[in-house]
Amino acid sequence: MPKEVLQGTLDLMVLRTLETMGPQHGFGLAKRILQISEGILDLNQGTLYPALLRLEQRRWIKSKWGISDNNRQAKFYELTPRGRKQIAEEKESWDLTVSVMNRFLSDDPAAKE
Amino acid sequence: MLSRLWNLFRRKRLERELDVEFRHHLESLEAEYRSRGLSVHEARLAARRDFGGMVTIQEAYRDQRGIPMLESLCRDVRFSLRSMRRAPALTLAIIATLAIGIGANTTIFSVVNGVLIQPLPYPEPDALVGLWHSAQFQGITSNNIRMSSTLYLAYRKHNRTFQDFGLWHIAAASVTGIGEPEEVRTLVVTYGTLPAIGVQPARGRWFSAADDTAATPETVILSHGYWQRRFGGDPGVLGRKITIDSLPREVIGVMPQRFQFMASEADVLLPQRFQGNQLQPNDVHAYVGIARLKPGVSLAEANADVARMLPMWIAEYGTNGPALAAAHFAPALRPLKQDVIGDAGTVLWVLMGTISIVLVIACANVANLLLVRTEGRQRELTVRAALGAGRLHIARQLLAESIMLALSGGMAGLMLAYGGLRLLVAMSPANLPRLAEISIDASVLLFAFAVSVSSGLFFGLIPVVKYLVPKRSIALADALHAGGRTLSLGRERSRSRNALVVSQVALAAVLLVAAGLMIRSFQALRSVQPGFTAPGRIQAVRVSIPESQVMEPERTLQMPHDIVERIGAIPGVAAVSFGTALPMETEFENNMVVTAEDKTYAVGIPPLRRSKSVAPDYFRTLGTPLLAGRDFTWSDIRDNRPVAIVSESMAKEMWGGPPAAIGKRIRVGRVGNWNEIVGVAGDVYDSGVQQTAPAIVYWRAGLQRGSGRLAPNIPREVTFAVRSDLSGTGEFIRRIGEAIWAVNPSLPLARVQTLAEVYDKSMSRTAFTLVMLAIAGSMALVLGLVGIYGVISYGVSQRTREVGIRIALGAQGLEVQRMFLREGLAMTAAGVVAGLFGAFALTRWMSSLLFGVSPFDPITYGSVSVALVLAAGLASYIPSLRATRVDPMDSLRAE
Repeated sequence: MPKEVLQGTLDLMVLRTLETMGPQHGFGLAKRILQISEGILDLNQGTLYPALLRLEQRRWIKSKWGISDNNRQAKFYELTPRGRKQIAEEKESWDLTVSVMNRFLSDDPAAKE
Repeated sequence: MLSRLWNLFRRKRLERELDVEFRHHLESLEAEYRSRGLSVHEARLAARRDFGGMVTIQEAYRDQRGIPMLESLCRDVRFSLRSMRRAPALTLAIIATLAIGIGANTTIFSVVNGVLIQPLPYPEPDALVGLWHSAQFQGITSNNIRMSSTLYLAYRKHNRTFQDFGLWHIAAASVTGIGEPEEVRTLVVTYGTLPAIGVQPARGRWFSAADDTAATPETVILSHGYWQRRFGGDPGVLGRKITIDSLPREVIGVMPQRFQFMASEADVLLPQRFQGNQLQPNDVHAYVGIARLKPGVSLAEANADVARMLPMWIAEYGTNGPALAAAHFAPALRPLKQDVIGDAGTVLWVLMGTISIVLVIACANVANLLLVRTEGRQRELTVRAALGAGRLHIARQLLAESIMLALSGGMAGLMLAYGGLRLLVAMSPANLPRLAEISIDASVLLFAFAVSVSSGLFFGLIPVVKYLVPKRSIALADALHAGGRTLSLGRERSRSRNALVVSQVALAAVLLVAAGLMIRSFQALRSVQPGFTAPGRIQAVRVSIPESQVMEPERTLQMPHDIVERIGAIPGVAAVSFGTALPMETEFENNMVVTAEDKTYAVGIPPLRRSKSVAPDYFRTLGTPLLAGRDFTWSDIRDNRPVAIVSESMAKEMWGGPPAAIGKRIRVGRVGNWNEIVGVAGDVYDSGVQQTAPAIVYWRAGLQRGSGRLAPNIPREVTFAVRSDLSGTGEFIRRIGEAIWAVNPSLPLARVQTLAEVYDKSMSRTAFTLVMLAIAGSMALVLGLVGIYGVISYGVSQRTREVGIRIALGAQGLEVQRMFLREGLAMTAAGVVAGLFGAFALTRWMSSLLFGVSPFDPITYGSVSVALVLAAGLASYIPSLRATRVDPMDSLRAE
């Protein structure tokens, strides 16, 4: 069943995708994110753009105009050094959240302690 | 944040980019679906679906891009501009009203700012003090005793609290050698004066102690204006020589362009030198002292320091200690600010107060107009509220509109203020120091902005509170259905408008009373007999004969005598004479200790008397009556007869009446020669008509037997008075000049004016206040009348149906009209009563500006009430006429 994306998690997904794939335009990013989530996510692809702008305003990514594979003008986004650092931080806090949540949700009583 | 702000300004480009980006995405999606075999149409739909709601995303993107609050503010502004454009007449009326109100306020504020708030254009002005002393004569305490030369030397030697100090006085001198002889205004200073105020010369140097010492080269510092005018701004002027009072002086400096010393503008600055008999122990207290206190020294400490030095002064310079002690001679230092502002403060604060009242009235008018409009938009507002616009949002929009209006009014007002200021400077009211320097600076701009915004809030909040505070809001259905169907205006709805009108009338009444009181003061001033007649026919010309040019006292007197004869020969001259000063020439005022032979004086200083030296025919020329005895004659002067004339008030005070004074003998101080009183002249209001006529002693011009330093009568500087029907005409002045130059070609003419100009100047403060208050008062009156007119005519138009029904039911047109008239008069009456009480409370503040009239003058209060009621009656009569013309059928059909 498709799930909505949590605000914030989308940011990390974008950053991470850019880290692995290098500079990418909006369509490429959307495609990749959907591909990786294997249809679990229900992403209105347009919502990607406000998120991209937000990341750009925080100077985690930067953009420049370029030519896409189909020979069209497109805006390419790429990770900044600050963005790279941010990924590390977010990943850490994400791991923490996941491990805490796991303890609550796990059926193993020992893990609850 | 900055980049977001920046984004506001390049919205167009960003929108285009966004569009390109989105299209790229959509088309890529589409292409993908197509490659999977979907039709063009299906592919497009699928792409749209995947992308999501375009508009929502665009909105989200825009919010992220800009600053939501600022954006919505811009939207409000755009909206209000649109709605302003929709009602251009109303908008224009509002902006014009505000422009006048804000413009007038800005003008007066820029004067207040320049004169009262920043009066001293010197660094750290608060450390500057005037060196004054206090003393008692005849039980009257004066705080305006100046410095003497020995006092200066004593302070120089012993003071501990002054960082720098000096003396100064204003004088005149003639410059010869370059072009025509010219009289220049001089500022004579000791070497500490300029360092004390802290203004460096633009070129060259300050005076040094050496410049103040006798027998060193004579020096001069030029003002910027004189340097430009006489030397064409020659950069090599330093070291050049200029002949001042026949003495060549070396130019050692040029002051900066904006330099002004206190309230006076001088052409050249000369060093003050004390020499010879000027250093006598009891030298006159003739110099104004100015000091800069050391950092951290308070005024009280400085006063204590001066008190400490006074005994040293008495001991070291042999000053008359017992007399000083009897007069309670003491320091009375005061902030220099006070000396510059003088009594201009009261005038300006009263003006500022009245002019802000005008603005309040203007705002009330605007509020009234907006109330009417908001009422007209009631339906629109209710619908918008019903469609989900928040109450706060609507309020914000209404306020944004008001503030936009106010700011537009403020802009226009600023332009008006710019013109108004020029007008004010052109009017050049006396007693307003440094008027020419006043300009619209940053603080004035800030003031205009603040006033605009706060008036916008003021008149904007009234309709907001009225229509948006919950209990007042009318249910949607009501508002939609009402649609103007209410018969008569609900009391509720007209109450705030009426209240506004009542307060407008009240405020206008206050201003009119103030203006009326000034008019009455001016009348009272005008009705004072000044002691001379037909001043417009008396031509004055001042001439000074430099000592260096004519050394011998005998010849000094011969010269004016010859001039009198030459001028007397001009056709059309009825009388001619001269004196050390004409009436009201306060700049040349001279007061001396005068004692009478038949009176005894206790220890202390005998009273000071206004003293003038005058030639024969002085009284006939001016039109001052001789009440007893005779005038001076030329043979009195030739034979050096010891004679004097006193004024009526002096004769009354000393001997009980004019005849009794004849034959009595008086002298200057305690050591001079006795002079017999041969005549008594009528009183002259020598200090201006506002002040009582002083006791005056007229000494005979010319030599006195054994005259020493104290004899005032060698007239080196005199004003000629010529009575003629031709006075004031250029041709006549030219002929007088020829007559004077025929006697001595190097005498410069100064202060060529009629006595009427001097007389008018003495009343200029009252005249200025009168004009300003009259302007404010009439603005208030017009605005108030417009308010009444507006409310009544709006009432008539709203109640056309009611009137129609009344008439249909048999009411006479006249009765209906009376109904509206009564309403207008009731509001006026309430306003007038409130206004008179207000005036009662407020006019006390201006009592020092009044002359010969009480602040509660019943005539003024009465005529203002009558005038207001009449004017308001007219303002409500005109719109009420329309009510009588209502055709009942028309108004009923109008639905």
